[in-house]
Amino acid sequence: MLTLQYIPHHEFSHLVLEDKLKKIMKAVKDDKILLIEGRLDPIEESELIKRTMSEINKNFSGIEIASIDYDLKKQELWDHIRKGIANLLLKRRSIVREIKKDPNKIELLTMEKKKKR
Amino acid sequence: MGLGSLFGRFFTGLFGKKKNLRLGIYGPPNAGKSSLANRISKDWLGEEISKVSHIPHETREVIVKEKITVKSKGKELTFNLVDTPGIATKIDYEDFIKFKMNAKEAKERAKEATKGVIDAIKWLDNMDCVLVVLDATINPYSQVNITIIGNLAARNIPVLIVANKIDLKKSDVKRIEAAFPQYPTIGISADKGTNLEAFYDELFKLVKQ
Repeated sequence: MLTLQYIPHHEFSHLVLEDKLKKIMKAVKDDKILLIEGRLDPIEESELIKRTMSEINKNFSGIEIASIDYDLKKQELWDHIRKGIANLLLKRRSIVREIKKDPNKIELLTMEKKKKR
Repeated sequence: MGLGSLFGRFFTGLFGKKKNLRLGIYGPPNAGKSSLANRISKDWLGEEISKVSHIPHETREVIVKEKITVKSKGKELTFNLVDTPGIATKIDYEDFIKFKMNAKEAKERAKEATKGVIDAIKWLDNMDCVLVVLDATINPYSQVNITIIGNLAARNIPVLIVANKIDLKKSDVKRIEAAFPQYPTIGISADKGTNLEAFYDELFKLVKQ
């Protein structure tokens, strides 16, 4: 079953980095797909990658991250980061098989359940 | 960005060029970072610096080659070249087993690779300029690419995007240019040595920034 946890901007944006990372890692390790309104900035993302790497073990092989609308074309990177759109995070080897991404959309492809005969 | 790095950049701007310019090579795994490092080192020092392979995360520690001097059209440029492990958000030892490694080797490689990613990110603060190497046959809109480039932008580090593997049929340099239009992009094949003259021209422009 897919569990999507939505975190609104007001519940997340005021948190210090450590608390943001804890919140993300807990949800992701609980096999939830996390949708955060407003995105992590690039430095926070790199800290999240460092944290993820330090916690990888045989049961946890990392995360998938996708950001919606990170419009680099308009040279307004910081505007977009500040305003934020959304970050999508999930555990690798969850029910989601693949994330397909282009500049305007993210597609989650789920695992197909094998039919019992 | 660390305070030390910030001050370093400020004073470099005030008093001219730093003596030991650090040129970092960053990118996702298997984009050809070490192939490019080897190509540069071989061209100007006559020796390779990194081991390369088709198995992801071959480079698992930061490798520095000091004092490489590149000469082009009467100009000279000396830098310390820093080849970094590929940055990833996931490392699964089972992926290495597909490359005929045993479980112990695969787990060891995964452990080293995770440390390598952390080190690569830590080293970002020490870079003066960065070559972001991307595989030109792959969709560039990956979060890792965006995170790397976003980090470099946040640190005001000059960037040249190197679209590698242009010798391959599926390569598409324009797609990479379209993804990151605020940075110069140069298509090369580090493996075959294609378009390197233009690459070195861009390298001089990058360092001037």
